[in-house]
Amino acid sequence: MEYLSLFVKSIFVDNMIFAYFLGMCSYLAVSKNVKTATGLGAAVIFVLLVTLPINYLLNEYLLKPGALAWMGPEYAELDLSFLSFIVFIAVIAAIVQIVEMVVEKFAPSLYSQLGIFLPLIAVNCAILGGSLFMQEREFVNLGMATVYALGSGIGWFLAIVALAAIREKLTYSNVPGPLKGLGITFFTVGLMGIAFMTFMGIQL
Amino acid sequence: MKDVNLKETLLNPILKGNPISVLVLGICSSLAVTVQLKGACIMALSVTIVTALSSMVVSMMRKSIPNRIRIIVQLVVVALMVILVDQVLKAYAYSVSKTLSVYVGLIITNCIVMGRIEAFALGNKPIPSFLDGLGNGIGYGLILIVVAFFRELLGSGSLFGFQIIPDSFYAAGYLNNGLVILPPMALILLGCIIWIQRSIQKDLQEK
Repeated sequence: MEYLSLFVKSIFVDNMIFAYFLGMCSYLAVSKNVKTATGLGAAVIFVLLVTLPINYLLNEYLLKPGALAWMGPEYAELDLSFLSFIVFIAVIAAIVQIVEMVVEKFAPSLYSQLGIFLPLIAVNCAILGGSLFMQEREFVNLGMATVYALGSGIGWFLAIVALAAIREKLTYSNVPGPLKGLGITFFTVGLMGIAFMTFMGIQL
Repeated sequence: MKDVNLKETLLNPILKGNPISVLVLGICSSLAVTVQLKGACIMALSVTIVTALSSMVVSMMRKSIPNRIRIIVQLVVVALMVILVDQVLKAYAYSVSKTLSVYVGLIITNCIVMGRIEAFALGNKPIPSFLDGLGNGIGYGLILIVVAFFRELLGSGSLFGFQIIPDSFYAAGYLNNGLVILPPMALILLGCIIWIQRSIQKDLQEK
């Protein structure tokens, strides 16, 4: 039951885009049409789903204060949490690189769809943000962390596909000159955020 | 190598080529920290330091970094700077570092830092790279502070935590605008800034 609650919460209430502004750069840059937006969204779900559990294990058995206790009592006092940024980003960069090579080898058609976006994901704030939130919220087990990764990935996916659909329609509307392109997109995202806030306080 | 105009390098990103409103970089972490002016100032300062220093360091190493693995090398340099900033914040401004929470760490993936390294530092000498990073950091901070100014003034009636709107206003029925504190309004305010800037600088308008 708490898994379901966390899942729904991370999609709607704690939406990566509308509540935390994570991954905004690629969100604004790659949301001009629905097809590419779907590709990027799927890639983000996938990378989150792989990196977050790995970072959870690293945090649990390497970085947390007292996490090194399994190596013997003399290591139990160590606190390596100041290393977490560099470890997380290294894991993310490495995983993205590996995923890129694996996908290229075994699923060339998927690779040609995602191709350009995969390397960009390494510097997507949503991925690192997911790992940092995981560390801050201290999930009790691996399952919770994985569910959180899936939920926030789906939330990001929904947000980018919805914005892309709206922007496709916007090309046909008569927007004042200075607002064209970027300006109106900001207003759109703001209004979508207000709409998403109606989910606030959902309890399952 | 062509000569780079140092003053131009420093001043251009502040208004004309502002990283947020013109280049659309670094929006990710910027808007969530603008509820209060104090957090925004600290964030602006941290990003400026990280951008300037990591641009300089990468520029010093630019001839020895193999092209294929440059992203990872850059990430490591940036992550190192961010860890330093984070540790200093935790030591001297613990409460601010708690309110900024994960956003200090997210400076690593802030597009401004990586963007300036890729676009400028890899092809220029350390000093111009340092100034370019500094200018971009200031331009980023400027927008952050403007947004935070309005959000704190309209949302909580205060600046830097001090009450600005007099009590007589509240007695007369004035209410703080709770909507401004919520995340979506940051985007709408930023939209307004872009609107104003593009009305003045007509050449920035998109077709």
